[in-house]
This record gives sequence, C-alpha cells and structure tokens, in this order.
Amino acid sequence: MATTVEQPASPERPIGFGRLRRKEDARFIRGQGTYLDDIRLPGMLHGAILRSPFAHAKINSIDTSKALELDGVAAVVTAKDLETLGLAWMPTISYDTQAVLAGDKVRFQGQEVAFVIATDEYVARDALPLIEVDYEPLPVVVDARKALDPDAPLIRDDKPGQVDNLATPTWEAGDEEAADRAFAEADVVVTRDIMYPRCHPAPMETCGMIADFDPKTGQLDIYNGNQAPHVHRTVYAHVAGLPEHMIRIMCNDIGGGFGNKVPVYPGYVCTIAASIVAGAPVKWIEDRSEHLTSTGFARDYNMHASICAKDGRITGLEVDVIADHGAWDSTAQPTKFPAGFFHICSGSYTLDASHVKVKAVYTNKAAGGVAYRCSFRITEAVYMVERMVDALATEMGVDPIELRMRSFIAPEQFPYETTTGWTYDSGNYAETMKVAMEIADYEELRREQAAKKERGELMGIGVAFFTEGVGAGPRKHMDILGMSMNDGADLRVHPSGKAVVSISCQTQGQGHETTFAQIVAEELGIPPEDIEVRHGDTDKSPYGLGTYGSRSTPVSGAAVSLVSRKVRDKARLIAATMLETRPEDLAWEKGRWFVKGDPEQGATIEDIALRAYSGEELPAGMEGGLDAQIVYDPPNLTYPYGAYICVVDIDPETAQVKVRRFIAVDDCGVRINPMIVDGQIHGGLAEGIGIALMELISFDSEGNCLNSSFMDYLIPTAMECPEFELGMTVTPCPHHPLGAKGVGESPNVGSPPAIVNAVIDALRQGYPEVDHIDMPCTPDRVWAAMQGRAEPPQ
Amino acid sequence: MQVTITINGEEVTRDVEPRMLLVHFIRETPGLTGTHWGCDTSNCGACIVRLDGQAVKSCTVLAAMADGHEVTTVEGLERDGRLDPVQEGFHEKHALHCGFCTPGMMMASRALLDENPDPTDEEIRTAISGGICRCTGYQNIVAAVRWAAEREAEVKQEA
Repeated sequence: MATTVEQPASPERPIGFGRLRRKEDARFIRGQGTYLDDIRLPGMLHGAILRSPFAHAKINSIDTSKALELDGVAAVVTAKDLETLGLAWMPTISYDTQAVLAGDKVRFQGQEVAFVIATDEYVARDALPLIEVDYEPLPVVVDARKALDPDAPLIRDDKPGQVDNLATPTWEAGDEEAADRAFAEADVVVTRDIMYPRCHPAPMETCGMIADFDPKTGQLDIYNGNQAPHVHRTVYAHVAGLPEHMIRIMCNDIGGGFGNKVPVYPGYVCTIAASIVAGAPVKWIEDRSEHLTSTGFARDYNMHASICAKDGRITGLEVDVIADHGAWDSTAQPTKFPAGFFHICSGSYTLDASHVKVKAVYTNKAAGGVAYRCSFRITEAVYMVERMVDALATEMGVDPIELRMRSFIAPEQFPYETTTGWTYDSGNYAETMKVAMEIADYEELRREQAAKKERGELMGIGVAFFTEGVGAGPRKHMDILGMSMNDGADLRVHPSGKAVVSISCQTQGQGHETTFAQIVAEELGIPPEDIEVRHGDTDKSPYGLGTYGSRSTPVSGAAVSLVSRKVRDKARLIAATMLETRPEDLAWEKGRWFVKGDPEQGATIEDIALRAYSGEELPAGMEGGLDAQIVYDPPNLTYPYGAYICVVDIDPETAQVKVRRFIAVDDCGVRINPMIVDGQIHGGLAEGIGIALMELISFDSEGNCLNSSFMDYLIPTAMECPEFELGMTVTPCPHHPLGAKGVGESPNVGSPPAIVNAVIDALRQGYPEVDHIDMPCTPDRVWAAMQGRAEPPQ
Repeated sequence: MQVTITINGEEVTRDVEPRMLLVHFIRETPGLTGTHWGCDTSNCGACIVRLDGQAVKSCTVLAAMADGHEVTTVEGLERDGRLDPVQEGFHEKHALHCGFCTPGMMMASRALLDENPDPTDEEIRTAISGGICRCTGYQNIVAAVRWAAEREAEVKQEA
C-alpha cells in the first residue's frame, strides 16, 4: 500500500534534495548559452532546403542549373545525387521508410525536394526559387477518416505490396468479449467521437545541424540539438554506413524539444551528405515555417469511444482509434507498441473490462506523431478517458468528482493490474483529488457557478484525474530501433573529492545539470557545486536513450543514484582499511562513513577519495580510484498521477474562453528539486492551455497547411496564462531507488481534459444540449458549439 | 552600404546588404549570440533588444535602420561584473528553463522597469506579452521581474 510522507522543508543550499537554484542559469542569464546557430566553424558553408508547395504531386523534372549559376552557390543536391550515395531514402523510427529528398513524387506540402549549399544563408535561400521543379499535381487525402476509402489516392506507391493507405494494421489491447459483457450488463452507456487534433511541440529553437566531416581522418563531428544523441549516432552509422566510433554528436544547449527533437529529420541527412561531398563544415537551420510544416507534429487521433457504468460506478470502456500518421510512419514509441502507451486509457479506475483498437493511416500531411511532452500517446488516452468520464457523469446526473471518487483504484489495491495489462505501482488517488478540491474550494465554486447561471453568465468547472506511465522502460519490453530503453551513468570522484557524473539523457531545459548533481549530493554528501554533470556529447557520456517521455529521472536518475551507491560501497571498504575496522562495523551519514558506536571515528568522502588515489594501503585486491559505471534497466515504468481542476469563464457575446483559475495537484513521488518540479508543471500547464484553446495544425482540402507560422499557430503568452495554483502529495515509487517518478509531461497530459471539461461545463450553463466540443476551443469553434454546430477541426 | 551601430557602448561599423536584419548584424559582426532568432514573424520576441532604450524585435528592424543608433543587448545587462537585478531575479525565481527566450524576456523586463519601477503583475504580463516562452508558463518570469523591482527599490532606499 502506498504511503504518503511529508517532505522536510528545503534549506537554502541543500546538499542533496531541495530547492537549489540552477547551476546552468549562469550562462543563460548572460546570453552565453551555446545554441546551434551560435556555433561557427572556419570555412563553414550554409544549407537551405527547397520544399514542395504541393501536398501530393508527381515530380517530372528538377532543373538546378539557374541556381548553380548564382554567385556563392557551391552545390544543389537532389534525390538523384543522394541515390548515388544510397541516401535517397532512410528509415523512420517506426521501421517505415521516408524520402530524404523527393525523387518520384512529393507526398505532403513542405516535403524536402532539394538542398542548396552556399557561402552564406542569404545566398542559399536566394537560390531556392531559382530551382525549377515540374510538378504534376495528384489527388490529395487529408482526412484520416477518408484515407481508406476505395477512391482515396495511394500515397505510398513506393512500398512494394502497399495497396491502400493503411500505415499500421489494427492493434488491440484488453478483452473485447469481456468489454462487450460489461456494456451488455451496464445501466448507462455513453458514446462520443473525440478528436485530439494535430498540434505541434514548436520549441523556441527550430531544428538544424552543423556537420563537419574531415576527409583526411574520416571523423564526422555533428552539432545538433536533439533529445537522444546516442541513438542518433547509431542511426547515422546505419544509414550512412559510417563507422560509429568516428561519429561524435555534440548537442550543446537546446532551445526546447518537447518531443519534436527526438526524430532524425531529412535535413540532418542532407547536411551530413553535403559536408561529406563538400569536404567542409555545413550548417543548416530551418526557419519557423519549415519547422511547423515539416517536423514532427503531435496527436492527430480520431477516437470513437464508449464508456459504461453499473451501480453508479464506471465498469467498461471501448475505444476505436484512427491515427493519422501523415506521409510516413515516423510516430515515436517503443517498437512493440505501435499505438504507444495509448492502452493506459482505462485511466485511474477499477474497470471490469476494457478494449482498445488502434489503426493508423497515411495522409498527405507531414509525418510525426511525436510524443509532445507526452509518454507515447498517454496524452491522447488521458484526454479521451477524462472526457468520457465527464460525459458519463453528466448522463448519470452525478458530480464528475463524485463519479471519479466512486471508481478510483483504492490505495490497498496497488500494485494494480489494469484491464489492458499495466501494473500501476502505487497511489492514493482519492487523497490527491481531495487536496485539489480543498485548494479550489470546490463546493464554493459550484455555488458561485449556480449563482452566475442565474445571471446568464457562463462559468465552467472542469476536472481531470490522470495516471501516467513514464520512464520507458524495461529492456525485455521496450526498445527503439532495437536499442533497449536503458540509460548509463558514469561517476568519477576525483582525489580532491570533487566529482564528474556523465549521463546519457539530454537536457533541453529541464535542469539536468542541477538535478543530477543533487542526486549525487544526496547519495554521497558532496556539495552540488562540486559536481559537474556532463551530457549531450556522445564522446563524453555513456550510451542511453535520451530525454523524452518523462524518462530522465525515472531511468537516468535511478542510474545516477545507483552509480553513486556503487561509489559509496567502495568508499566503505576503503574507509574500513583507513579506520582499521571491518566494513560491516561502519555506518553512513551523508558524506561520511563512521564507526558504529564511536561516531568520532570516521572518514569523509573527500578523505576516502584522496586515499583511493594515493599510495597508501587499500583493501586487498582492490583497484585504486573512486569511479563507477552503471547501465540501469528499470523493472517497471513509474506511475505519476494528479488531480486538476480548471475554472473558466466564457464571454457569451464573443465566445472567448478565459482560464480564470487552474489548480494542479501532482504526485510525482519524491521531489528532488521542488523548484524545478513546479517549473515543469507551470510550463506544461501553459502548453495544455495552448492545446486546449489555441494550438492547431490544420489543412485545407488541397493539403495546404493553414498554420505555418506563429501568426497562425497560436502559442499562449503571459496574457493567456493564469497564476497557477499548485499542490502536491508524495507517494514514493516503490521500485525507484529514490522513490521518484517522472513529472515533465504530467501537466500537459492532465490539463487539456480539465480545460475542455470546464468549457463544456460552462457552455452547458446556457446551452444544455452541448455534449462535446473538440479542441482547440477557439472563439469561432465555441461560438459554433453554442449554435449547435460543433464540428471537429480539419 | 556601410552602417555604424553602437552596441553595448561600442561602435561597430560594417558593410551590409540593405536587407540585412539587425538580429543578424548583432549576432555576426560583434558575435553577440545572446540575441536569438526564433520565428521570422515578430511573434516570439527571442530577438528583443533595446534600440535607443526602447524594446524592439531585432528581426523586424533592418541593420540600416539602426545606423547611428544605440543598441543594448543581453550582453550589456551585466556591468562591471555585477549582474542586473533582472538577471538575478530570473535566477532566483527559476524564470528560465531552456534559456532560449530568456534574453528577449530580460530585455523587455528591463525596459519595463526603467519606465515603471513598481509594476503590477498585470503590467508585467503585458510588458512580456510580446514574447513567447514555451517552458516556464510565465509565472516565474512575473515573479522574477517583481523580485527585481523590489530589489531595486531596496537599493534605492539604502542609497
């Protein structure tokens, strides 16, 4: 059974866990970060990409001669050139293939067609309109629900045996017969079509690369802000046939990732090829429009769902999903899970049965399906189930919190095996829900809402409760491109007692340099300022799968904890020799081994480190030094959860939704740095507000992307975000060495359903026939819902 | 064409194409890469600098338009080895994650406090609303600017 513990107050400068201001800030607040475009190498050339204006068109010819005549243009690379290098096509992270540059035809607007290399970026871009491409437009399919129609144009005619636009066949979880039984026996059944529309992670720094191939040595240096540098290195070795030990990837500072910087993009392969061909470093950085139209989008799930209840409790869930994967299947998830972790959709409830079906289709849209601040489709799953629970509560005429409370998995039921095969490790859901209700003063909010209804005002209160599975994952179940989802850590304690810890995950702003130093500090008692965290350089860090899916603390955090304990164990043996006693007679306090019963007799970690490197006696057979290495294979995911309550007001005249309050109570287990945890939650909530109310990547019927700049792809500013009200409970993860769970994605997972539930709750104050609205709840879409014309976005 | 721009107190002269953007000039010629480019459409504010004291988006100003004018960038905030209270505030209040929007946010905040040393939260939010931060949800940026305002008021009182 889970236990909830109080965490001690954080001292100003903790040696270990607590509110420690970030070590990495020093360079950022001075404008001294090193982002990709800040790097300049001698003799560097610049690349630019010509992209398709059509969503689907045959390419009859490409004429690069005029572009080549432009002063400063060194080369123009097309698919034909890449074919000679064997690089015209490349694998996606989902075992599909994708064109690096289009040769036969283009399959989405914004697809890469040619790569120009020139002496500067302005010239490279000047050359793009000089490239003449003869396109022959083809029929287009942009609606996933129509992609399998008999008359739909075949998008992937490059794939042998492909006769339709099915990207991945139906994948199932749960028990269909049992679910059917639950529905047959139910008192109430509710069915909805719910769309999680296409949105985009849109980190502030776009994607790009500098490739620097040295023809003399064969060494390829890559500067590229990505979320999984070690896997990228392996991919380049496979794709380009380069020896892996001669490839070095340096991420440096990354201006946000949010899942978008997990994949290997065609521009990267072009940049590498260009550097190899030119024998010079080549820099390529996409502009914002290229970023929004061609790199990994998120979501785009069409979910047909039914939920049922018996005796006042939720008993069954059935969901049938059509996933829109765009022109290639490059959705991001562990190999054995073609729908990611969507089947966690039974949520936080003790269902009798559930059944999930997911199939994916190709459309003439950019590829992706990346985990935008999400652990592999859990965001879609939580949104769906939390919308359905609300719809069910409305149908039953019970309060949405009351229905959740009746149906929660109880603390004594953990570890809990869900109807779709997950083993939740720990939780006390009702308690967390209560904390949120207290902060919100839920009863008072309902009274206020009733009073406002009398006055014709549209106030809504939305609730969501989520359970996530993060920290992928156990190697027996989870890999990406065959690489197990484990992470390494390498700790070196120097003779002076100062330390360097190298980790395989990669920060994009999460504060790894601080958090991971605090873990070593907690385990060894070395002050965090004396611990340097190295990451993001494949030559200087151990192999591992990177940072996404909230996996850094669950996997790399555990690795750092355990590698520290390895050092501590060795230190104990050395201390025993130093103190002329037996190791079992020593006890540990933070930073020091001492003799049990004689605490004055002890050796600090600094003393022990010095001894380990000195010429003094060590335990028999022991090697000198105080270093250790580890690769951590998590036994299970961790299961953070949270209770969110959102209060919105809708202007009845303009249909503008204003988030007035947002209460987020997260249980992410033990908090290493509460300041950073809160910061992660703030950021994810802002993104959730964006997704629920503003952010949409949509297309017209010809496949033109209608949201290709920040003029049209709306991201919340300070004006749209309220002062967030945070609370917490702490239920330590039983199998994580620190009791920690992941947190970065929780707020993005939990907030969209809370907001949309609030919008619907508000609308129903004046328009009781409204039973669903799809995101984003922009004024025009909310207005349409008021008029009884709620339509999914396209 | 030749332009001369005073950046953080130092005159920089260079031949540029008339179309060159100020953000590129700042990043290339003196190599001050703290000013970032993020969107092309004046929405994100990663490129905010001060032009004769006013916060402007340097992706929307031609280098030629800044000829003969004074520009301050994030690198000009720290003086004589002492951080500006806005910089300290961002650190104290965890107002940055990835750091990419931070220079623009700090320049907009500095411009606000020079005009209005005691802003309300609403005024702070309005002042930074020309910028997008994808990481922080803005709450700690507001707290950082408030912290800086309070710090400056204390210093003033002491003096």
